[in-house]
Amino acid sequence: MAEDEFEELYEDAPCGYLTTRLDGTIVRANRTLLALTGYPREELVGRSRVQDLLPIGDRIFYETHFAPLLTMQATVREIAVDLKCADGSRLPVLLNAVMKERTPSRPELVRICVFAATDRREYERELLRARQRAERSETEARELARTLQRSFIPPVLPRVPGMDVAGLYRPAGQGDEVGGDFYDMHEIVDGWALAIGDVCGKGVEAAVVTSLARYALRAAPIRESSPAAILTTLNQVLLDEKAGRFLTAAYAQISPGTQNRFRLTLSLGGHPSPVHISRDGLGRIGHPGTLLGILKRVKLTDVEVELLPQDVVVFYTDGVVEARGHGEMFGEERMQDVLMAARRGDAASIAARLMDEILRFQSDVPSDDIAMVVLKIED
Amino acid sequence: MDIVIRNNVRISGRPEGKPMVFAHGFGCDQNMWRLVAPAFEDEYKIVLFDYVGAGKSEMAAYSAERYASLDGYVQDVLDICRELDLTDLVFVGHSVSAMVGALAAIREPDRFDKLVLVGPSPRYIDDGDYVGGFAAADIEELMDSLDSNYLGWSSAMAPVIMGNPDRPELGNELANSFCRTDPEIARRFARVTFLSDSRADLPKVPVRSLILQCANDVIAPVAVGEYVHRAIPDSELVLLRATGHCPNLSAPEETITAIKAFL
Repeated sequence: MAEDEFEELYEDAPCGYLTTRLDGTIVRANRTLLALTGYPREELVGRSRVQDLLPIGDRIFYETHFAPLLTMQATVREIAVDLKCADGSRLPVLLNAVMKERTPSRPELVRICVFAATDRREYERELLRARQRAERSETEARELARTLQRSFIPPVLPRVPGMDVAGLYRPAGQGDEVGGDFYDMHEIVDGWALAIGDVCGKGVEAAVVTSLARYALRAAPIRESSPAAILTTLNQVLLDEKAGRFLTAAYAQISPGTQNRFRLTLSLGGHPSPVHISRDGLGRIGHPGTLLGILKRVKLTDVEVELLPQDVVVFYTDGVVEARGHGEMFGEERMQDVLMAARRGDAASIAARLMDEILRFQSDVPSDDIAMVVLKIED
Repeated sequence: MDIVIRNNVRISGRPEGKPMVFAHGFGCDQNMWRLVAPAFEDEYKIVLFDYVGAGKSEMAAYSAERYASLDGYVQDVLDICRELDLTDLVFVGHSVSAMVGALAAIREPDRFDKLVLVGPSPRYIDDGDYVGGFAAADIEELMDSLDSNYLGWSSAMAPVIMGNPDRPELGNELANSFCRTDPEIARRFARVTFLSDSRADLPKVPVRSLILQCANDVIAPVAVGEYVHRAIPDSELVLLRATGHCPNLSAPEETITAIKAFL
């Protein structure tokens, strides 16, 4: 290639060229750069520094990132900045730069390629805004899930004289998805009602059914008195509302007797039977019943047991026994062993011990929601 | 957590020598000292580190609350001093780290013998008669600039940088890695740096201090260096011929000579 061709290749290259000293002073600029920015050559060369062409934000970035990088690694790529043009407008560009070591005949030089990138940079900004929007939505969704989740369990359980009560709840995964487990306990005419349940599935639709179930179980005792009748009402509500999801639930009424004895009347709608630890050992209470929300006719039975001082009753959802870890399930046997070992503690410590064991079994990331309510009769 | 690992602490020089701690500023990491620190290895015990959130520190140790003000960074310095049992030390802080060092010396004066403040600024934003060099809106522009330039920190990039910092075959992709970090952390550090105001602390600096001031420094102009000199009781101001904000890289010889003369 002839000398004048090289000259033309430099001057009219498809990108702007700048040559600067290490301190940014411009010592050479090609015609393309002058055309892009609108400055006459004499205004840039020998008189301006690259930094002078940058708006203030980019200038800080230049001083804190670009200049140090260039010295440390002699090359910098894809730095996105705006250039202030002669007419006051801003030109979005990408800069690549290399540093040439000093020679006996000249000091260090920095060669910078300037690519006009208006459309690309605008597109990047669009993407950036979209990502920021997505991140905000994600945060909001997580917050919404947590808030909704909190409404599935009462903030505090009622105080029952003569009985120690504790509930624990842990949503599946990292806690950013709404699950379907719930429990509730509240005072009724002659004692207390306790409900625990598990709606099939996760997400918003399951959450709607969970709320519906919780409030239906609060309202049902106004008309119905037995646990089986109350669960039958819930079944009817689920069908009437076309909830589209089935659930399992346990519903119990607890009435105080004399000398710290309690009568517990329980009905199960497809729900795991609660564990009852008495002086006779560990047993199960309740009679299996139909899942709720599928069939018009359900078969539900009330069962009555007497609770004596030191007795422990544990209501739970299937997230306890079906917890998966090491390729197997936590299982009934493990749960029973833990409860037997923990039975002498108070209700809160029994619940905490069981939860700890399940979480440890699953390496702290539960695959399903876990809910439990522990009752312990005081002396 | 192990502080040495958390802050990527690197110790060199004379083991029984007087400790000399070099702290990097906003933007890059301890590599900022690579042309200066070796000059002190014969005589001093050299301690280099990365603040949590910068360089090869443990990113998991970053917490938005702890590093919401300069205090979190001061705590990093004091944690390192305690962990290595450093006393009678010379602290060399660049840029925002100059103020971090000043605050650390006020907090635990017994550990510090001297401060070297390279391009210090107690407040970057103008305030009445005080000229810091920036308006509040300028800092928002910096946020935009950071956003545009941290595009490369994608979800694919993060594990490469954090998990395999020593794999040379990734060198090309990691072209800007000395100055790369999680963009969210960079934004927060930028805010903490440029919105800080430590003017009231300067008169309390309890040790002899050297202020190294560059010509033509847009981040910390000469007037600010002079302000710091007036405000710190026992201080010397040296104006360097070097321009820009990073004499530790652009004029290492001049920087070394000035520090040695002071020590």
